[in-house]
Amino acid sequence: MSTPGEFYQRDRLWHPPAFAKDYKTSVTRSPQYALISLQNSASEITGPTFGHRDIDPIDNDLISNYAKAGESPIGERIIVHGRVLDENGRPVPNTLVEVWQANAGGRYRHKKDTYLAPIDPNFGGCGRTLTDENGYYYFRTVKPGAYPWRNWVNDWRPAHIHVSVFGSGFAQRLITQMYFEGDPLIDTCPIVNTIPDKAAIGQLIAALDRNATIPLDTIAYKFDIVLRGRRSTLFENRLEGN
Amino acid sequence: MTQKLDYLKESPSQTAGPYVHIGLAPGAAGFDIYRQELGWDIAGPNAKGERIRVEGIVIDGTGSPIKDVLLEAWQANSEGVYAHPEHPGEVEEGFRGWGRVITDFATGEWGFDTVKPGAVMGRNGHMMAPHINLWIVARGINVGLNTRIYFDDETEANASDPVLNIIEWERRRATLIAKRTERDGEIVYRFDVKMQGEDETVFFDI
Repeated sequence: MSTPGEFYQRDRLWHPPAFAKDYKTSVTRSPQYALISLQNSASEITGPTFGHRDIDPIDNDLISNYAKAGESPIGERIIVHGRVLDENGRPVPNTLVEVWQANAGGRYRHKKDTYLAPIDPNFGGCGRTLTDENGYYYFRTVKPGAYPWRNWVNDWRPAHIHVSVFGSGFAQRLITQMYFEGDPLIDTCPIVNTIPDKAAIGQLIAALDRNATIPLDTIAYKFDIVLRGRRSTLFENRLEGN
Repeated sequence: MTQKLDYLKESPSQTAGPYVHIGLAPGAAGFDIYRQELGWDIAGPNAKGERIRVEGIVIDGTGSPIKDVLLEAWQANSEGVYAHPEHPGEVEEGFRGWGRVITDFATGEWGFDTVKPGAVMGRNGHMMAPHINLWIVARGINVGLNTRIYFDDETEANASDPVLNIIEWERRRATLIAKRTERDGEIVYRFDVKMQGEDETVFFDI
């Protein structure tokens, strides 16, 4: 068996480009020169590792992790669950998944958010967990509301949850956003539409999952996340030490 | 008809947005929720080597500091070993090699305390100069940007570094070299990132 090696090249035509003029902030925050392509070295193949000492079991439950005793946030109770896989379809175990979101009214608990929808006193809006040995993760939360933002003057973000994932190497580091099946705001969002390919956008839309729904309690959405795959080194000069 | 290849596509990236702090640095967003936030201690108390501070600002295409950036650092210890099971060698107890910092909302300044990394073996037996890998996300950045911090007192190692040497425009290499100064007895490296335009920082597709 050969040693796992470098990561597959990122498909930069599948990801959004740096410059996407309809998402206005990208205009002055996008490099003009081309990226310099690097073949992976130890610096890119390795990355931070996390363990159960770093986080607490309650951290993946946004319904209780900021609520006062005996209370809970207002909103549609949902479970978000899925697997973190690589492009080879293999699970990515023991990796850190972090999420953050607005409350049911579209208001973020952040000192820079001044939207007039109120803060929910029982909702913080962040969570984190480690995938298990099969790459599986889950969160419990309330479904976030849409919210307006100053891009075009009547732009509204679709309901979304921000997701951050590590993988096993620094080259796999990824931040993305999860959207909800059937949301009519998805089609007109300039941030969603930074992604050129409809099929790629579809990969960020979580499906309603009736099988994982808890009857009379909490509805569920399934969201699988794919990180870059690794190839075997085959005939190449192997990295020192591998 | 050709055979079908059974690969999945990577989930596409999206911007971290202006409220990235809620998830990754909630204290800065204005609330206390976790027993411990992650990423504030890169080297730990037991790390050997020279204690240094690295700091800077991130500047947009208009020349203004960006004040809602999140940066993550990934580096080897002073012996050139990464805290990762696939990298040969041992690191000191408590050495993570990974850090996460945000820019100050008022000034745009960021900084982290660590130890200066040692040289790491690169591809095909070519030694890489000491460097810190940096990943930058923010509102307006659709895919996280990767760059490297090198050190201006490593002239000889930098001259033979295999990564710096693939940048064909020699003038652009200088954008990756942090400048060493001393402040109140502390070693400080300055590393400003220019997102766009004149003297734009080199970013890598890793």
